[in-house]
Amino acid sequence: MLKIENLHASVEDKEILRGINLEVKAGEVHAIMGPNGSGKSTLASVIAGKEEFEVTEGSVQLEGEDLEETSPEERAHKGVFLSFQYPVEIPGVSVTNFMKTAINESRKARGLEDMPAKDMLKLIREKSEMLEIDRKFLSRSLNQGFSGGEKKRNEIFQMAMLEPKLAILDETDSGLDIDALRIVANGVNKLKSKDNAVIVITHYQRLLDYIVPDFVHVLHNGKIVKSGGKELALELEEKGYDWLKQETAV
Amino acid sequence: MAYTEEELKKELETKEYEYGFYTDIKSDTFPNGLNEEIVIAISKKKEEPEWMTLWRLEAFKIWKEMEEPEWANVHYTKPDFQAISYYSAPVKADPNKSLDDVDPELLEMYKKLGISVDEQKKLQNVAVDIVMDSVSVATTFKKTLAEKGIIFCSISEAIKEHPELVKKYLGSVVPQKDNFYAALNSAVFSDGSFCYIPKGVRCPMELSTYFRINQAGTGQFERTLVIADEDSYVSYLEGCTAPSRDENQLHAAVVELIALDDAEIKYSTVQNWFPGNKEGKGGVYNFVTKRGLCEKNAKISWTQVETGSAVTWKYPSCILKGDNSIGEFYSIAVTNNYQQADTGTKMIHLGKNTRSTIISKGISAGKSQNSYRGLVQISSRADNARNFSQCDSLLMGNECGAHTFPYIEVKNKTAQIEHEATTSKIGEDQIFYCNQRGIDTEKAIALIVNGFSKEVLNKLPMEFAVEAQKLLEISLEGSVG
Ligand SMILES: Nc1ncnc2c1ncn2[C@@H]1O[C@H](COP(=O)(O)OP(=O)(O)OP(=O)(O)O)[C@@H](O)[C@H]1O
Ligand SMILES: [Mg+2]
Repeated sequence: MLKIENLHASVEDKEILRGINLEVKAGEVHAIMGPNGSGKSTLASVIAGKEEFEVTEGSVQLEGEDLEETSPEERAHKGVFLSFQYPVEIPGVSVTNFMKTAINESRKARGLEDMPAKDMLKLIREKSEMLEIDRKFLSRSLNQGFSGGEKKRNEIFQMAMLEPKLAILDETDSGLDIDALRIVANGVNKLKSKDNAVIVITHYQRLLDYIVPDFVHVLHNGKIVKSGGKELALELEEKGYDWLKQETAV
Repeated sequence: MAYTEEELKKELETKEYEYGFYTDIKSDTFPNGLNEEIVIAISKKKEEPEWMTLWRLEAFKIWKEMEEPEWANVHYTKPDFQAISYYSAPVKADPNKSLDDVDPELLEMYKKLGISVDEQKKLQNVAVDIVMDSVSVATTFKKTLAEKGIIFCSISEAIKEHPELVKKYLGSVVPQKDNFYAALNSAVFSDGSFCYIPKGVRCPMELSTYFRINQAGTGQFERTLVIADEDSYVSYLEGCTAPSRDENQLHAAVVELIALDDAEIKYSTVQNWFPGNKEGKGGVYNFVTKRGLCEKNAKISWTQVETGSAVTWKYPSCILKGDNSIGEFYSIAVTNNYQQADTGTKMIHLGKNTRSTIISKGISAGKSQNSYRGLVQISSRADNARNFSQCDSLLMGNECGAHTFPYIEVKNKTAQIEHEATTSKIGEDQIFYCNQRGIDTEKAIALIVNGFSKEVLNKLPMEFAVEAQKLLEISLEGSVG
């Protein structure tokens, strides 16, 4: 599904990603962990096509196709979804209106008509119930005045609405209370299938109890310094990152 | 694809004026220039009674002595008032014809404007009085309105058919000497709309007028007079377009609203006069005086969506004369390229317990300048007057400007006045967020702008809100879902 080879990316001549290799196959769940500032969000943004970051070397491929020339919206149409670490506010635009626009734009890109209002309402009802989202919430301005946890839950609601092939969840767990974490994680699990893939970026083992990863990668200084199975997350929880930092410094 | 500020800006620049075409209809045009003879000739051409001719001449005398105002935050080459023709009427127009007889070329033009009369007829809910180059050419729904005693016709017709109303109210809110452009308008106004709602009547449909400047080098001077008698209600919409031309066209209208005791007038404007091309050449100069008078318990709401004109100078105002009267001003002003807008409102509180609300949304892009100028005046008699003002500006790029000039004059200690102002910028992060959800940059801008303007868009009558959204899209090059 996703193949990243020797990816280097920089912003304002500052290199942030320094040769990342990662392959994610359909049906897999990958976790990316690593200390603050190691480049996790940058990697997510580069996969999503944020042009602020310049790819200086290497490539990102989605289903065998190089994405270099592909705009962020086209990547979205191809099924890339990013749950933002810091979702932005759009005053005056309701969650519903935003989702309606997003869904119809993706449909348009695939040569389809707008989704009939009836189907749209049904989809909204179904997904908001799955994530236990109050309907009143959906008529509020996107992310404006949302609590940290509400923002994250709303990101996953959008993911559920868009049913992406590749979902990248950037610290979706931070800010969620214990119940919300369970609800959101269950939501993600329900959306998982053998045809799609999930990358979860997190600092905490806790989320991975719910969304069980097939692989765990540790990012440090813009490189993946260690990969392993789900036990690696437990090991990190126990030992922290120092031992890895020392290992790579050598 | 594009989403950096640089690219965003470029995208905004490429907008073309959608309604820029010139309809080849034979016009009856006066020679350029302005003097007493021209004023008399206009009056004669329109077969006006003597009192009207005298009223015009009085205005002309006042105008000659006046100086063009310079205080607005706009810069432009002043119009040469002797180089303008003050009257241009389509020769084939005949107000007595039925709609089916209307010049097919005119109908074609309405179609281009998206307001085909056929369509309007089908809509069954909107009565349209179209002023094209000065003369009212088609009036629909007159009958339905007449049954309720509502008068909706061109001002020329009103001068002839309802002189008592015109004599009583014309110039009662905006006197001839009010300002330079109002005086000019009073002398030479060519046509416009007149509306009278009798006591206790709720006008069953939105009344709508479309203004349009067609002929080269003609100034357009409409005069609108709306009278809502006691306990009546009317919602009125005015829409404007002008073909694109290189030279600047002058538009100096006067609108007077009179809301008698317990009456309510909702006046909505969608203005997209030609703003000039992207180098700042051509475009309409829009100098308009709009003012409403509220008697006891009356209410006037001005709602405007301004996307056009090279230079706009416009302050729809309310004189809250009667106790408990209410004035409202909801405005969206979009400027792009080299457009300049200096708009706002005046709320003059004279009566007790008067209330006013001002919501102004300014959107600036390109190298444009967008100013809000508002005056809230509370007189000494106006006990317990209240005002709430909110001015929000949205900027796109780094070369445009937004300015807010709120003036507050309070002569009564019981007044309560609140003013809020915000300035925001469409951020790359917002655009990227939309892009990531599959929404391209153009659509993202439209979405953000719409969200920003929502409070005001919501004040427009349904069918016009849709149209206004369309205009916002055109002027900022985008589309809305
Ligand atoms: N636009 C930018 N300009 C300059 N530096 C940037 C920019 N974006 C990111 N960086 C820097 O790149 C590095 C990696 O940032 P990134 O957000 O990818 O880290 P992260 O691994 O997601 O951290 P966290 O766990 O705190 O979310 C940081 O040092 C950050 O300051
Ligand atoms: Mg991060």
